[in-house]
This record gives sequence, C-alpha cells and structure tokens, in this order.
Amino acid sequence: MSEKFEPIIIGFTCNWCSYRAADLAGTARVKYPPNIRLIRLMCSGRVDPTFILKALSEGADAVLITGCHPGECHYIEQNYKTMRRVKLLQRTLAQMGIEPERVKLVWASAAQGVMLAQEITKMVEEVRALGPLNWPGRMREATIIGEHPAVEEVVA
Amino acid sequence: MSEKPKFAMYWAASCGGCEIAVLNIGEKILDVDANFDVAFWPVAMDAKYKDVEEMPDKSILLTLFNGGIRNEENAHMAKLLRQKSQILVSFGSCATEGCVPGLANLSSREEVFAAAYDSITSDTLGIRPQYSYEVPEGTLTLPIFNTIVRTLDQVVDVDYYMPGCPPESHQIGAVIDLVIQVLHGQAELPPKGSVIGAGGSTVCDECGRIRNVKKITKFRRLHEVAEIDPVLCLLEQGILCNGPATRDGCGALCPAVGAPCAGCYGPAQDVVDYGARLMTAVSSVIDSNDPKEIDRILDDIVDPAGTFYRFNLAHSLLHASKTAVS
Repeated sequence: MSEKFEPIIIGFTCNWCSYRAADLAGTARVKYPPNIRLIRLMCSGRVDPTFILKALSEGADAVLITGCHPGECHYIEQNYKTMRRVKLLQRTLAQMGIEPERVKLVWASAAQGVMLAQEITKMVEEVRALGPLNWPGRMREATIIGEHPAVEEVVA
Repeated sequence: MSEKPKFAMYWAASCGGCEIAVLNIGEKILDVDANFDVAFWPVAMDAKYKDVEEMPDKSILLTLFNGGIRNEENAHMAKLLRQKSQILVSFGSCATEGCVPGLANLSSREEVFAAAYDSITSDTLGIRPQYSYEVPEGTLTLPIFNTIVRTLDQVVDVDYYMPGCPPESHQIGAVIDLVIQVLHGQAELPPKGSVIGAGGSTVCDECGRIRNVKKITKFRRLHEVAEIDPVLCLLEQGILCNGPATRDGCGALCPAVGAPCAGCYGPAQDVVDYGARLMTAVSSVIDSNDPKEIDRILDDIVDPAGTFYRFNLAHSLLHASKTAVS
C-alpha cells in the first residue's frame, strides 16, 4: 500500500469515567490520533457484543471499550460484566479469524485523560500493524459467483 | 385439472428433516391435498426443474423453501421459485439462518472438500468431483460450490420466515390452517417479513424448569454431569443452555427432557445477532470478578463460535470467518 493505512477504531466510553477522561484530554490539549470515533454510553455495561460485531462487520478495524476501574462502576458492578463479555467475545472472534487485539478493554478514571490518550495512541499503532480488517469487502468478495479459482480436481 | 391453488416445497442445502416434519402433520396433509395442487415437491413427487421454468410467473401460491444456499443450483432454484411464487416462505433453520450446514462458514472451501473427500468420511478417498466431465453421451456438470453458505433472504426476497430445525409439526399445521383460512377469506395474512409458526418470546418463557439467580463457577458438558436435576434451570446447573436467546414456539422440548436448548428456533424477537445475545447472557451469569478465574471458567466453553452460532452463523453479523472467505 502506498498510502499509510489509517485504521478506523470505534470507541465506547462510559459517561461517568472514561468519557470524562477523554474530555479532560481534550481540555488539557493532550493529543491523540483522530482514528478513534468515540461514542458515549451511560456505562461500559451497556456495550452489547452486538455493537462490537456491528462495528467490525460494517468496516471498523477495531473497537475500544472503556469503563470505570473495577470496583468504581457508577452502577456498582456492570463493568465486571463488560470484562466477562469482552473476554468471551474475544474467544469467539479468534475462531472467526479476528485477532483479539482488535477488541480492547481499558479502564480509565475521570482523572486519567493523559493515560487514555496514551492508550488510544498505542492501540492505533497496534491496529495499524495488524492491517485493515475490511470485513465488508471480504464478505462481498465471498458472494461473487464464478470468479473463484477452480477447485483442484483429482480424477480416479 | 382442478383450479386449486398450487403448492411447492423445495430443499436446497438441508438434511431432509423439514420434509419429514411436514409429513408429520398427520391427517392435516389431507387438508393440504384438498386445498392445493402440489406443483413441485421433489421429495414427494417427480418433477423436473424445466417443468418449473415453464410455469407462468407467480403461478404457485405458496412455496416452502427449506435449505440454505450452498451452491449455484440452490441459488438458481431460489431465484426460480421466487419468480414463480406469490408467497415464498423461508422454511426451517437452514433457509432462515444457515443452520448446521452454515457452520461450514468457519472453514475454507478447501477445508470443506478435504474433510468430505480426503478424510476417513469418504469411501472414495482422494477422488474429488469435477465441475464438468466428458462422457460419450455429452458433458456432465456439477453446480459451482460457493465460498460461503448464504441464507435464502440473502439471495432473494422472502415473504415469511418459519424457524426451527425442523419446525415443529403442530406449528406447521397451524400455519397451513391459517393459509387455508386465508384462501377461504376467513383470515388475513400477517405482514410481510413476519416470523410465522413461532412465538414472540424466548425458550426460557416456555420452559417449565425453576429459575433462580444464576451464579455459575463452572460450565459442564452434558456427559460431565453425574445427575441432572429434573426441575432446576439447566443453566443454573452449569449446563450451557441457549434458551435465553432463542425464540419460543417449540414448547421447550429439549430442556424438558434434560437436554439444553441448542437454539434451533433462532434469535428471539428483535435480537440482531443471536450469538451476541447469548454471549451477553452467558457472561452475565458467571460468578466471578477476577480476570484469571473468569478465564478459567470460560475455558470450559471449548467451542464458543460453534456453541453460540450453531444454527445462526450464516445469518450473523459477521456471516463467516476470515478463513472461510480468504
């Protein structure tokens, strides 16, 4: 590829900690790459694996889920559920050929703007190294008929 | 010939169980005969594809199409029957969501062929079919084997969906009754795109087992359970049960006899991705907040993709694995 691959990452942030961390990074003018598109939810526990799969299947190269630190969830323990979901989803994705690194869970308190910016920067580089996921393109190609190489044939 | 409306049923990539389920409706099959002319039904009567090709468009009132779209013959018949039918029903799990044949979407075509023709499952080891072969009488051809399994609605427009592997016979009977009532002007068809012959909730809602707060620290496969509690929720016993994400309508037959729901009735109402819903449910009931312990508990689920997408892979958001399409 002649041009540098710019990954698209969808980031889910929780209203109470990680979105405020991202906000803090902004007001403090901490720089991080624009590859991430942040979506604010009330809690990381709101992140249904459907959202992650939808993002990946529609062209995102990776998904970042951020939430309050364990024990600090505004809704008591929903971030633990998120942790379990992400772990289980990563196992399923591995079977689908999607590297577990493409779905990342990061804890960030409202004070950790710098840390969150660093994590985002790091993730963008990791995903850049993995290369494009291009799920829509892959699936489109798989449904084109008659352009497959012939199956290797062995005659009795 | 009488002026009865025409009925057709076709099998694409399927096992034939749907046909048996239709015949299992018992004496109601006589109602089908009394109200319909069977125009095309390969399992029950002789007919050639060219007979269907010669029928006027929309001349078949009702077509039950079962089986997924694995090869070009399946795709051709799907398009042909769409053209010839007024009402096309995606019948059974294969047509609706790919079902077990759809699990081939985890593997490449080469892996599928290798398993079929080069492994112990083949009685003609190492001999592969050819798409075209010359014989003295002419050229024999086989349909192109597509890269991935698709569902019927990924290939043609579908009017109704009837889930199940196979659909329960009493549900088929009820749908046939409804269509006959519509024919006689006594009822109206549901809106296009509806799921028919099934419920609007989940298998858990139909299941008679007792449910409490679920706290799972170990998942066990059925053979690892010494004695299954006859009344307690199977998931609470650590047996992975797909009931929470699966549409009701079957009568929760499997859990009633101690077998976990496998999910053949497909996603419950408004569920976008069946596996995602199931993963949400399963991770919510794991009783640990410790990352290492969670990993240990999840190790018990040996084949997550095969478990959570057993019937639904071809209709899932991801549709297939990277291996299958590369």
